[in-house]
Amino acid sequence: MVLNRVVEGAKRLVSPDRPTTSGDPLLDQLRGALTADRVHLDGVQRSLLSHDASVFEGGVAGPVCYPTSVDEVVAIMKIADEHGRAVVPRGAGTGLAGGAIPLGAPIVVAMTKMNRILDLDIDNRIVWVQPGVINLDLTRYLRPLGYHFAPDPSSQQVCTIGGNVANNSGGPHCLAYGVTNAHVVAIEAVVPSGDVLALGGLDAEPLGFDLRGIFVGSEGTLGIATKVAVTITKNPPSVRTLLLSFDSVRDAANTVSGVIAAGVVPAAMEVMDAKITAAVEHYVGAGYPLDAEAVLLAEVDGSEAGIDIDADRIADVGREHNATEVRFAKSEDERALLWKGRKTAFGAIAQIAPDYYLHDTVVPRSKLADVLEEVYAIAERHDLLVMNVFHAGDGNLHPLLIFDGREPGVLARVHAAGDEIISASLAAGGVLSGEHGIGVEKQKFMDDMFSHADLDHQNRLRRAFDPTCRANPGKVLPMGHSCADIQALRRVPSGVWG
Amino acid sequence: MAKIDADTKIDRALTEFAERLGADDPVAVVGGRTKWEVGGAPADGTRMVAAPTGIVSYLPSEMVAVVRAGTTITELQSALADAGQRSALPYWGNGSTVGGALAVGQNSLDVLGRGRLRASLLQVRYVSADGHIITGGGPTVKNVTGFDLPRLMVGSLGTLGSLAEVILRTNPIPDTMRWLRGQGIDPFAAFDALFRPSAVLWDGKTTWIKIEGHRVDVDAEQAALVRRVGPVEEVDGPPELPAHRWSLAPRELRHLDQPITDRPKTSNPTYPVGRYVASIGVGTVWASEPQPARSVSDAIRTVAARMKAEFDPTGRLNPGRDPYTTAGM
Repeated sequence: MVLNRVVEGAKRLVSPDRPTTSGDPLLDQLRGALTADRVHLDGVQRSLLSHDASVFEGGVAGPVCYPTSVDEVVAIMKIADEHGRAVVPRGAGTGLAGGAIPLGAPIVVAMTKMNRILDLDIDNRIVWVQPGVINLDLTRYLRPLGYHFAPDPSSQQVCTIGGNVANNSGGPHCLAYGVTNAHVVAIEAVVPSGDVLALGGLDAEPLGFDLRGIFVGSEGTLGIATKVAVTITKNPPSVRTLLLSFDSVRDAANTVSGVIAAGVVPAAMEVMDAKITAAVEHYVGAGYPLDAEAVLLAEVDGSEAGIDIDADRIADVGREHNATEVRFAKSEDERALLWKGRKTAFGAIAQIAPDYYLHDTVVPRSKLADVLEEVYAIAERHDLLVMNVFHAGDGNLHPLLIFDGREPGVLARVHAAGDEIISASLAAGGVLSGEHGIGVEKQKFMDDMFSHADLDHQNRLRRAFDPTCRANPGKVLPMGHSCADIQALRRVPSGVWG
Repeated sequence: MAKIDADTKIDRALTEFAERLGADDPVAVVGGRTKWEVGGAPADGTRMVAAPTGIVSYLPSEMVAVVRAGTTITELQSALADAGQRSALPYWGNGSTVGGALAVGQNSLDVLGRGRLRASLLQVRYVSADGHIITGGGPTVKNVTGFDLPRLMVGSLGTLGSLAEVILRTNPIPDTMRWLRGQGIDPFAAFDALFRPSAVLWDGKTTWIKIEGHRVDVDAEQAALVRRVGPVEEVDGPPELPAHRWSLAPRELRHLDQPITDRPKTSNPTYPVGRYVASIGVGTVWASEPQPARSVSDAIRTVAARMKAEFDPTGRLNPGRDPYTTAGM
């Protein structure tokens, strides 16, 4: 979770309410379709929902709607269509790529009141949930029943399942279990026309195009999910958690590659460098070593009989790569503490500096060590502090650039360093994002990874759902592709909304 | 096989494939023809083109293989097995191709162990209807960069683009793989009793179970199975599968062994499957009778039609083939 938001320039101010009952058919229609207390135009709501956890400033939220049913979402879409307005769906707003910020003055649809767990279906190994259900709440509900929801992003205490679907979220335990797309079997979604689609299905191999699969990770640009069937994963009978210490980040990274090469796919493999472990240790006392340059947190799960085989293999590979300490968690409490340290890493940074910029790229595992060295060199060239805590097993880097936004000129250095980190990742054969998405953050880099024809086909996919580009327009695809262009033309002049 | 560094540049084999496909006349890509009737055969007059072949690169430590679409599954699995790995591709017999399997989109018999086919496709290169080589996805095992063209291609029967080259995620082959068979045991109880079975198959009387992992794990799981559901014996493999493939929800398998008139009114299927082998926990049923047409909503058909129009405006890719029909399954 980002504790401090970096603001470039003055925050955009939202004016107080304008009259809401007369002369404003859009607002009247929305309040008629929902209820007056769930359609907001006050300054606080609009200002709050004009941001997410990213550093990006966009436009300003137009009316803010809190639907409680699929029928209300349909009504919002139809009213938006009638008035030619864009619609921006959002969950808890924990996204880091600006995917939920409004551009122009769209209708913002906050799904947080659709937050019920609807139907646990053990026979089909799924649970139907509304999109506003919080990720960790779902797992807390399932765990006593012998199951859990596998994707576990660091924001899982507040992020919603709908947001996980929009971003195809990951988390430490997605190495073996897969990211959100692997855990969603069916989605009820409302597309901009107001049609309700049943995407995917509970049957083994639903007919036709995998519209479910392309909806997941589409960052709210294809429509709004109103109900999701997610798979429930059996709790493992046994778990072993190891902490390995190293004198260099390179040794830790090479251990990760070595473990995979040895034929072991752990449930999780996370690496933290010395600066972040020191911050975490001071913050929560997780029991991390303070004399190591890097630690690797690895976890294997499975049947009790053979679980030590994989755990011992990981330990052996670590020793082959000069691990200075290999520690097995001896109790559930110790294991929980080790994970608490990892999951509170971003919060711990507040002790060091008020601001940070968290990046998210993926590189081939074999290139992890080289790219990490490049990341440190980039930060040094720009006179910035960088910390690394990342999903090493997936090659998913999360360099954290730490700074004080009040320092003159620092933001320009942060952005320049970030651009170089992205370029270094692409040069190593990597991709722009592993789990945060593109949003508005990385649109300008899409041309570096894809050709014009590639992006044209991505836009075609989008148009099949949203021919008039009204669902979260201006995101994902760079300028030069129709939805981004249309949004630029549609920006509402200042003053129109209040 | 030599381990080659991944070279993700578009090579001559792909550009030649694009040239062969052209940009004008009706065309279909032909693989091993092992599932040729799925979705209906292409219309008369459709020109047939074979996809390029060969494994471009394979890096076991990255768990990814770059492979051209016309490569046979046998060739790929053999190369992977040499390094102790496998893929999620189903095995349909000699000649079946990687591209054909992805275009059809059906999972392996032991999908619970190997994972879903659609999840294993990391990057796709296909030739568009107008002759461009399009890349979607990326070469890493985790990626949320842009819209998910790989997912769109799986199961689209080549009606949106012609698969040329793919990057697949691979996985280690478990130390031990064991098929067990039990007569008269409850297959649903067997499925519940195991932590991670790779397959539980049931023909109404006999249950086949595949367990994988370390030998001690497999031994322990087998012992737990015997304790909880009854005796089993080790066998060489799964039963012979009837010809037709049904797709049902796992719950719908519970009443397959009952006469239709005895099934709860809410239970599907309400039509005869004939002789069958059902995949418990998955929902796939191989049956002697074909699955009747499945309903598709108007709203889905509208989006699907728009998708087809966006990707193939003139309808030249695999004309006559329909991903929304059960024909040929």
